[in-house]
Amino acid sequence: MHVPDGFFNAATSLSAGVVAAAGVAVCLRGARRELDDRTAPMAGLVAAFIFAVQMLNFPVAAGTSGHLLGGALAAILVGPYTGVLCMAVVLLVQGVFFADGGLTALGINVTIMGIVTVLVGWGVFKLVTGLTRGKVVVAAFLAALISVPASALAFTLLFWIGGTAPIEVGAVAAAMGGVHVLIGIGEAVITALTVGAVLAVRPDLVYGARGLAKPLVLRGSAGSTTVVNEPQPVAASGGLKPFLWGGVGVTLVLAGLVSFFASSSPDGLEAVAETHGFSGQAADHALGGSPLADYGDVGGIPVGIAGIIGVGLVLVIGGLVAYLSRGRAKTGDRARA
Amino acid sequence: MGPTVVNSLEIRQLAYAYPDGTQALFGVDLTITRGERVALLGPNGAGKTTLVMHLNGILTAGHGTVAVAGTPVAKDTLKEIRQRVGLVFQDPDDQLFMPTVRDDVAFGPANAGLRGEELDRVVKDALEQVGMLEFADRPPHHLSFGQRRRVAVATVLAMKPEILVLDEPSSNLDPAARRELAEILRSLDVTVLMVTHDLPYALELCERSLILSGGVISADGRTPELLADDELLASHRLELPYGFTIPQSDHA
Amino acid sequence: MGAGHHHQLHLPGDSVVHRLPPQCKLLAVLAFAVVVVATPRERFWAFAVYAVLLAGVAVVARVPAAHIVRRMAIELPFVLFAFLIPVIGLGERTDVLGLSLSVPGLWAAWNILAKATLGVVASILLASTTEPRVILIGAQRLRLPSLLVQIAMFMLRYLDVIVDEMRRMRVARESRGFEARDFRQMPVLARSAGALFIRSYERGERVHLAMLSRGYTGQMPMIHDISASVGQWGTALALPVLALAVWALPW
Repeated sequence: MHVPDGFFNAATSLSAGVVAAAGVAVCLRGARRELDDRTAPMAGLVAAFIFAVQMLNFPVAAGTSGHLLGGALAAILVGPYTGVLCMAVVLLVQGVFFADGGLTALGINVTIMGIVTVLVGWGVFKLVTGLTRGKVVVAAFLAALISVPASALAFTLLFWIGGTAPIEVGAVAAAMGGVHVLIGIGEAVITALTVGAVLAVRPDLVYGARGLAKPLVLRGSAGSTTVVNEPQPVAASGGLKPFLWGGVGVTLVLAGLVSFFASSSPDGLEAVAETHGFSGQAADHALGGSPLADYGDVGGIPVGIAGIIGVGLVLVIGGLVAYLSRGRAKTGDRARA
Repeated sequence: MGPTVVNSLEIRQLAYAYPDGTQALFGVDLTITRGERVALLGPNGAGKTTLVMHLNGILTAGHGTVAVAGTPVAKDTLKEIRQRVGLVFQDPDDQLFMPTVRDDVAFGPANAGLRGEELDRVVKDALEQVGMLEFADRPPHHLSFGQRRRVAVATVLAMKPEILVLDEPSSNLDPAARRELAEILRSLDVTVLMVTHDLPYALELCERSLILSGGVISADGRTPELLADDELLASHRLELPYGFTIPQSDHA
Repeated sequence: MGAGHHHQLHLPGDSVVHRLPPQCKLLAVLAFAVVVVATPRERFWAFAVYAVLLAGVAVVARVPAAHIVRRMAIELPFVLFAFLIPVIGLGERTDVLGLSLSVPGLWAAWNILAKATLGVVASILLASTTEPRVILIGAQRLRLPSLLVQIAMFMLRYLDVIVDEMRRMRVARESRGFEARDFRQMPVLARSAGALFIRSYERGERVHLAMLSRGYTGQMPMIHDISASVGQWGTALALPVLALAVWALPW
């Protein structure tokens, strides 16, 4: 699953790195606001959980198995900010401590597997819970279902921008999309069931259900040392706007950065553009790669600009979905209240 | 002890209800003088853990007061209180969250502002007290359960607490580890409050025992006497292990 | 892949490489990877020199080749994929051993194989010669946000605890005859995952209480710091600087 070094050219890797860094920075602030001084231990434990649950293979079809990405699950269970942080740290640890995923591709991995899955997952989740008046499990299913192909799409987009290998973009999109729809089904089933299982026992722990549940009865099981904080019914809505603005800001920074590169050192970029990375998702997922055939020759500037446009598109679409769903959710909340 | 007896812990009329309305404590009164080792016995659900959580201000009293060495537990004294009350959690994995034993023991004193050589010395002393100095640079998860519990004790000893509060210290320990921990606890010159179901362990270590039942202290006395009272024990769902009798020498 | 690689890479040792401050090594490996990725794929000899440089590091660090090769399995999926590119690639075709292969596809495959392999080996060398907690100190020195470093620290600390809990649940499932064969078993797996989440979350809360009990007020005390001398920076950065020299050589 994790993109290694060399799949994408240096400009794309770097740009994605900036996007990832900005996204994580926004989430650090957001998570701090939600969890306060509990952020480090809570996010650390949830990250360890995500890491562990990614090891849980589930059967997809005859003979093949997939494993959870966990982005949508993380978003629903602990909220989008903490979710992104957890995914980012998981990917960071996998890259640096386990050599899984290239160091230069860290930004790409965090962007497509962390930020996109969490953002899209959360957006869909809020949209559906808003529309269905709180069918959390259904919403979790759809969120996970869509988050995986969305991640594949983001990958394809990045590939189109900065991973020239001689395969048609259409083919990449079809192959990636096709396989990931299948994987998405597995992800959706297990995410929905997992959220359902947690809801049944500790509904207060499901971040995405906080605004929807009746006033929570806190029941520390006898002898346990847990102190459950007061539920915060408003926490679940709230807080997507910064996400959207974060996305816009990131896109702008990115645009500036890449155009700076493009204008100040066209030669370097040209050299970079010559190296074509290929990209693909991995093993259990087929890969498609595609060369923008005419694109390697064009040199740096179009690469950079295409990069901005593509990355910007991902962010704007994601942000829009999230923002729209937020509005819906709010009206939903009001209607119920 | 000087002419004035200092109370390490003084609880007056402590009552507490969880946010959902379930009341766990119904007016607890107890006093522990400096240097005592006291066992807090009680069945599951008696409110033992809830009571412990009040001792360093993790939970705030709904009614009544808690004072540690004369300092009341309140918002503005929390920092000081948490220095003085050393809480050892039941699961050492909860307590040992830092990458190495040394870092973990240093966490408390470092929060209090110690650095450099002074910090090193405090860490070394604490680890020596529990016989774990040679493991200082190991990650906690490479230690045995008994070793982890000893390190957990060291993490709070490093803060030089007024009172050491242990939650089920003997749980999950094999007999040797259990004995080693008992020896360590006996060697410490500190007030100890030990929350446990393990009646023989209470008898071995604590001169005095309290029974917390139904959210109040329902018995307070010398451990051998309390444990010899079958009726008392039975009424609070406490039992001595099969075949265990109170050694005669302990009987008053 | 997430799966099956939760064994630590670290090999204790006392070589020059082991002793270098972590921030130097981190930056060196990252810079090296960037240079590798930015190298045009036609410069075969440059990649050869990079490989020699890494081999040199491995020798100095006394990391056995077998250790590196075993850990390289992590990139296997990509190797398989790389072999596929020339077959499905577009553009001019050429015959190799009777197979019609795409020329740009062959280039792309070579590009990925060479760069991904160099990147993986560099990462393995870093992780093999540096304790995880020390890497984190280095990351903090390099101005990675301290909250992120702390999250990673807690994650690494509790990874084994949680993976172990998951393993116990699996044993419990299997000892009662459960076997994950197809879709229908998913609810059982999901319930385990749900239970694992609750345990992880509650443990997080207890850890937080344990921290509060020892005076935590939201700031981790900075107990360790490792400073690097100019000489150490020089030693560590020799790797990317040499690589950069190779990259910049006009030819």
